[in-house]
Amino acid sequence: MSAPAPSMFTPAAKAMAEKLGLKMGRANLDEFAATLEELAKVNPNIVAVTSDSRGSGKLGSFGKALPKQLVEVGIAEQNLVGITAGLASCGKKAFCVSPACFLTARSLEQIKNDICYSDVPAVLIGISSGVSYGALGTTHHSLHDLAVLRAINNITIIVPADNFEARQAILAAAKATKPVFVRFGKAAMFSLHKPETKFEVGKAITLRAGGDVAFIATGETVVHALLAAGQLAGRGFNCRVLAMHTVKPLDSEAVLKAGRECRAVITVEEHMVHGGLGEACASALLRADVNVPFRIAGIPDEETVPGAQADIFRHYGISMEGLSETALKLLK
Amino acid sequence: MTDRELQLKAVRLRKKTLGIICDAGAGHTGGDLSCLDILNALYNRILNVSPETFSDPKRDRYVQSKGHCVEALYAVLADRGFFPEADLQTVCHYRSHYVGHPTRHIPGIEMNTGALGHGLPICIGMALAGKMDSASYRVFTLLGDGELAEGSNWEAALAAAHYKLDNLTAIIDHNTLQITGHTRDVMSNEPLGEKWRAFGWAVKVVNGHDYAALTGALSQPSEPGKPTCVIANTVKGRGVSFMENVAKWHHGVPSEAELKQALAELDAAEAKLKEAK
Repeated sequence: MSAPAPSMFTPAAKAMAEKLGLKMGRANLDEFAATLEELAKVNPNIVAVTSDSRGSGKLGSFGKALPKQLVEVGIAEQNLVGITAGLASCGKKAFCVSPACFLTARSLEQIKNDICYSDVPAVLIGISSGVSYGALGTTHHSLHDLAVLRAINNITIIVPADNFEARQAILAAAKATKPVFVRFGKAAMFSLHKPETKFEVGKAITLRAGGDVAFIATGETVVHALLAAGQLAGRGFNCRVLAMHTVKPLDSEAVLKAGRECRAVITVEEHMVHGGLGEACASALLRADVNVPFRIAGIPDEETVPGAQADIFRHYGISMEGLSETALKLLK
Repeated sequence: MTDRELQLKAVRLRKKTLGIICDAGAGHTGGDLSCLDILNALYNRILNVSPETFSDPKRDRYVQSKGHCVEALYAVLADRGFFPEADLQTVCHYRSHYVGHPTRHIPGIEMNTGALGHGLPICIGMALAGKMDSASYRVFTLLGDGELAEGSNWEAALAAAHYKLDNLTAIIDHNTLQITGHTRDVMSNEPLGEKWRAFGWAVKVVNGHDYAALTGALSQPSEPGKPTCVIANTVKGRGVSFMENVAKWHHGVPSEAELKQALAELDAAEAKLKEAK
């Protein structure tokens, strides 16, 4: 009998989520797959390209409903991205769906040259990203993807935090005329946004106002920042929470505003501390001469601790409790 | 255009290619000269594409996977009127889009290439899109034989056969030399034809400097339901005696004296062709 999966949230965090009125949604991957199928049913030019990954990408239903719009390339990620580029160059709206760990490492050169340099409007979907695969180990983690893609010209990087952001990201990507990378995890996500929230690529969404600590978070870590802000409110601190769904182009204006208006800034991401959201924000702040106490909550440059996604998050302080502690130390 | 007219044009294009390389101070001379007849045949006899139809979705597609031999492609595209010949004086110059590998900034070029092993997967995507749209266009790519050591080609070889892409033709510029030396010494790839056949392709082996043979191999898809691999046996440095079959000319740039000698040889070849009418 297998051990039960560890919970991402402690009882205290669950209580805070309830207090904040957060409702559990589904995995962003499920939201992505449903949205893509919905779009593809009315636009026959939309094509999903998979590398034996339709199951992991939740595209089983898509494949059954729209078999002529799904291209299977087998376990061959270089070919996957090259074929995607060719399809996109001939007018297809190609969504290339593969585990983020392989897509952004094995086929990085194809992303750089065939997609970005050739400037075709393809969409790269990195599934089971970050440490979603947890105990499968480092081969299956993508803690480098934001860093490597940030260093490549001509690609938008979106990391949705909840089902709303996931759907909006896919709607935006489907209309994009330039390359886009979207990164999804496997876990069910709390809903953080109201349906009427305005989503704009490259613009952070303020989930909570405040002037003590500003949490600038992306992807599946945003909820933990929001819970930490809730916990810190109980100790008299008003913390700002920015959902930074677009890592590139970065909403520098929101980052600088946070740096100027708040006593400290903490960035949070499911990525190595090198080259991701945190360093992007640090760079924006320094280049504008904004000096503010600053920390990056992420995965440090070490062999990642073995464990499930929840274990890894907790180990590295990406949790309500961990982020509250980081904030309190910074505010001392 | 007759075979003889193509041969005459090829001599002039070889001279043009050498001129581009010398003006730029860089280039892949040996491979340019080995693949030039293939490009000449494609653009003047095979491909359904012209400057006027380059944005037509129904046009044939050509992707040069061995992107480093772009100087020959530039010469052929300029000759076909895709852009003014004067542009070629800027190859590899500051702020010129005519860089040392193909880019879509240049009229007539479909995709940016240069890193090896990329062209065939891209062409599979193009060919698949054509099948999805029931379009009649064909897709061609040119690979170097040294390039075949890149594993992505073999991923693509599987996929092209799997999807029965008979609208796809991969041409291998089989000059047997790469930067370090003979392919058999660097990384053996023979028997090439058997390999492609085993992957499910129709294979044709031709003399890559013979226009009748190239035309025969490229005019029609070989077999319904199968992609075609044309192994074009070529000579690296073809047309210039001291460059032929010499690996150092992979990216050698002729000196002034060498250029003079090369042009003299090509002038003589041109005169001989004219006499042979």
